[in-house]
Amino acid sequence: MAHSTAGVITLTVNGEKHTLPVDHRTTLLDALRERLDLTGTKKGCDLGQCGACTVLLDGRRAVSCLQLAVAAEGREITTIEGVSDGERLHPVQQAFLDLDGYQCGYCTPGQICSAIAVIEEHAAGWPSAATADVRPEAGPPPLTADEIRERMSGNLCRCGAYVSIVQAVAQAADAEGAA
Amino acid sequence: MREFGYQRVFDVPDALAFGADPEARYLGGGTNLVDLMKTGVDRPALLVDVRELPLDRIEATDSGGLRIGATVTNSDLAAHPEVRRRYPALAQAVLAGASGQLRNMATVGGNLLQRTRCGYFTDSSQPCNKRIPGSGCPAIKGEHRNHAILGASEHCVAVHPSDMSVALAAFDAVVHYETADGPGELPLAEFYLPVGDTPHLETALPSGALITGITLPPAPVAADSRYRKVRERASYAFAIGSVAAALDVRDGAVREVRLAFGAVASRPWRAREAERVLTGGPATPHAFADAADTELAAAEVLPHNRYKVALVRNLVVAMLTELAEEAAR
Ligand SMILES: Cc1cc2nc3c(=O)[nH]c(=O)nc-3n(C[C@H](O)[C@H](O)[C@H](O)COP(=O)(O)OP(=O)(O)OC[C@H]3O[C@@H](n4cnc5c(N)ncnc54)[C@H](O)[C@@H]3O)c2cc1C
Ligand code: SF4
Ligand code: FES
Ligand code: FES
Repeated sequence: MAHSTAGVITLTVNGEKHTLPVDHRTTLLDALRERLDLTGTKKGCDLGQCGACTVLLDGRRAVSCLQLAVAAEGREITTIEGVSDGERLHPVQQAFLDLDGYQCGYCTPGQICSAIAVIEEHAAGWPSAATADVRPEAGPPPLTADEIRERMSGNLCRCGAYVSIVQAVAQAADAEGAA
Repeated sequence: MREFGYQRVFDVPDALAFGADPEARYLGGGTNLVDLMKTGVDRPALLVDVRELPLDRIEATDSGGLRIGATVTNSDLAAHPEVRRRYPALAQAVLAGASGQLRNMATVGGNLLQRTRCGYFTDSSQPCNKRIPGSGCPAIKGEHRNHAILGASEHCVAVHPSDMSVALAAFDAVVHYETADGPGELPLAEFYLPVGDTPHLETALPSGALITGITLPPAPVAADSRYRKVRERASYAFAIGSVAAALDVRDGAVREVRLAFGAVASRPWRAREAERVLTGGPATPHAFADAADTELAAAEVLPHNRYKVALVRNLVVAMLTELAEEAAR
């Protein structure tokens, strides 16, 4: 059977709908960068191994290089361009600025999208591989530096800015907890 | 990448109708399939997106176990309170795999069927019996640091990379599927085929079958279980050896034990020999080491993966010793 290998899709990005024709092979990452001119999301490895392309899909972090654009139709896509509240930076963005959570900045959009989700996952009580006792009776683990490092391990930083990234995530988590 | 059609499906009969095409693949999170399509290892003509199927629930079964839908994400599986309470090693195994982003995308069905990370398999310029039957296995004389020590053959020494499956093997999970001819099920022990001279045939699933979910039978011993994974960096890397273990000790004797090893074979390796020699015997580090040695006596090592024997043995002893000490408290 011959299948149609392209189609017109509608992507909802940062609350805005975009209708565009795509070849089915197009990843969400390429659709964002090359078609919608949203170049904040970065391409590192293009194989799911570095986290530079992290975006939020229905509020959950995902790597956009392994996500086909056509399969993202109908989902709420949030990129780094959409995380701030107008001119007011997201607390995670502010913390990365305050604490120099980057050097070259290439991994930063992915780090920030990931960190936003990490803080939410932790608040929802999700354990991680750094959690000593995953049983619900043990209660949610405190967001220690070890927990942050493990939860952020899907985002590589070629510049090695990890020390300040961990501090920035901790500060943002505190700020949000206080808010 | 080859051009392909895309079909989103909302019910199982539609999925099966589109999935019947031998050139179709079911698309879960795509974290393995899209990767392999980019590198040319898999070249489907049609993707049948199963993410909207009503198979995304985790429910208690009448017998007191759990039923986990095939499209449940790895993240939701690991976060589920009943999974964490009754089968903690399963939650730990899932959390030990990939990254937060990938676990949000990856599904249970896709995790079971993920392909090996053998570097010759993933490089389509290389020969590989698994990818091109009869082309040879360069890993045996080449790069095989992370290849199998148990159950391999001269035709393929690749390991199955899934962490989740190792815990499922320890807990006697059953895989449920649907075909055009009706439903079927396979215990995990029969789900992955022995390598033999057909490394390209990986599972006993009929062609076109859609995995609908897995069931975990009730296993009180699993409440005291854990998963430990060794890898070449602290996180976000595949295992070079892992163990899922559960232990029930009364008065210093082993009442029940479950052991499964990961990254040592083409499938999760349930250590039945070790379980057999331990059951009814003393729960001592010495007995744990003897049991691990009994299981690993069948190991066939290659020049660069010999380390895995000691790695798995040490994991078994450490984990069972800890579990026994906790039980004594
Ligand atoms: C960088 C990276 C690191 C990783 N690290 C780890 C790790 O440490 N440990 C680990 O265990 N895994 C790891 N993984 C692998 C990851 O766990 C798998 O890619 C994932 O579980 C596959 O699930 P999926 O839903 O994305 O599958 P897909 O990629 O969608 O599909 C995989 C296969 O399953 C088939 N399939 C999917 N759903 C069904 C169904 N319902 N019925 C029948 N067939 C189906 C597909 O056709 C395809 O052949 C890693 C992956 C990446 C990219
Ligand atoms: S070990 Fe298996 S997958 Fe790897 S090259 Fe040999 S045949 Fe291919
Ligand atoms: S570009 Fe997507 S993970 Fe590296
Ligand atoms: S800041 Fe340069 S890669 Fe992270």
